[in-house]
Formats: sequence, C-alpha cells, structure tokens
Amino acid sequence: MERIPILKMGEFLLVTIQVDMHDRLAMQLQDDLTDRISATGARGVLIDISALEMVDSFIGRMIANIAAMARILDAQTVVTGMQPAVAITLVELGLTLTGVRTALNVERGMTLLRSLLDEADGVAHDAIADREDADVGAEE
Amino acid sequence: MSVLKNDLMPVRTANDIVVVRQHVRALAIELGFSLVDQTKMVTAASELARNTLAHGGGGTARIEVVAANARRGLKMTFEDRGKGIADLELAMRDGYSTGGGLGLGLSGTRRLMNEFELQSKPGEGTRVSATRWK
Repeated sequence: MERIPILKMGEFLLVTIQVDMHDRLAMQLQDDLTDRISATGARGVLIDISALEMVDSFIGRMIANIAAMARILDAQTVVTGMQPAVAITLVELGLTLTGVRTALNVERGMTLLRSLLDEADGVAHDAIADREDADVGAEE
Repeated sequence: MSVLKNDLMPVRTANDIVVVRQHVRALAIELGFSLVDQTKMVTAASELARNTLAHGGGGTARIEVVAANARRGLKMTFEDRGKGIADLELAMRDGYSTGGGLGLGLSGTRRLMNEFELQSKPGEGTRVSATRWK
C-alpha cells in the first residue's frame, strides 16, 4: 500500500507531503505518525506541506488531529511551508487550525521545534525544582 | 448562460475525489484563473465531492466551462441519489455536521465560490452546484 515516508532525525520526526493525498492516505499518515512517535519516543514532529496545492477540511482535520495526538504523546508539532494561496483558501473555508504551530519554512520550523522543546523541558525542570523546594519547606 | 465544455465524472471512491480535483485544477488553469482562485475552486470541488461520497453514498460530478455576459466561468455540479438533506438551512450552517466532520463542507464551499445552489429532498438525493466567474 502507498505510504508517506516518515524520517527520523534525532528526537524529531520529519514528514514531507509531496503527493495529492487521497483520504485513505491521509488517515494512514495519521496512524503511522502516532505509532512512530510512540515507538521512537520522538519529542517533535515537523510536517512540510510546501508541495501541497490544496488543504481541504479533511486534510486540515488530519493535521489538527496529528498535532493533538502528538501533544498527548508528549511531542510538539510544527507545520511548515504552507503556500499563500492555500492559507487564503483555508481561512475563507473557515478552518483556523487551532492548536497547530506553523513556520514559513523547514529551517524556521526546526528552530521553532527546538525552542518549544527547550521551553517544555524548562517548565518540567521548574516544576520539579518547585516540588523539591516545597518538600524542603515541609521538613523544616 | 451557455456551456462551452461539459465533463461528467464518477464520484464513487476516495480516489475519484482526487481525479475530480485534478480535472478542476486543469480547467481552471486553462481558463486563466489566478493561483488563489484555482486553489479555492479545487478546494471547493474536494469538499463537495467528499460530501457526495460520504453523505450521498457516491454519485457524479459534472464539470462545465460556462459563459455569460462575455465572462467565462467554471461550474461544478455534484449529484447523488442518497438519503438527502432534511433541513437545508441547518446543513448550510457553519459547524453543523452529521458525518462527524467539522461541518464546514457546505458553508465553507459557498464562501469559496461566486454562486452556490443546494437542492435536496429526503430519500431522493442531493444536488449541489457552484460556479466561479473569471
């Protein structure tokens, strides 16, 4: 069966959508990505859609689903390279892709992913530090 | 309104949606539509074709090049013999969906096109046509 390849690069997974996706292929990508996040423990997903000439509500929903599932699996998602005509159409269609981070190109997307991860790790660190402080406080 | 070109295509499988999209893209380019307009029409075709497949159980797409008042346009008509729509007004509302989708298919598509017409009778099927003028 036809599949969209998922590349692993360090703690990130990279996907480039370069074909006019039919619905089953989009669903397959959603399943494959969640499997791979869980199997590899990836912390970030970058989906490049610069070759995509159209995003309809179905593909839009798939992208939003991937981002939501990834978040639950402790991974951040960034969508990169959306063509201006696609962006204009999406907004007019009424699709706002709430909760999906975007970047203009892959390079900026990678930078954004890294900073999102640092932020997430920083917050986790602070939380642990806070708890330790609290524990110390309780003992006193 | 005169019809310059008329193609009837099946909408029976998920792959047919892709074929309809590509045909609309090719005609839109031929008619000289801008990239944004092409994208809007292709997206509209995709939404309507999916409705025909998902809600109507499959049907046909008629893609026409039309002309009126010295303007040319692209008209797409999707027809099925499915269960039909009971409340047309409700079906046109943003966010209303019976298929577990986002409910943007019909209302969103209307915004992407210049003309939009929805006809449906419960138990008899649905016919949607949408036109964009150059």
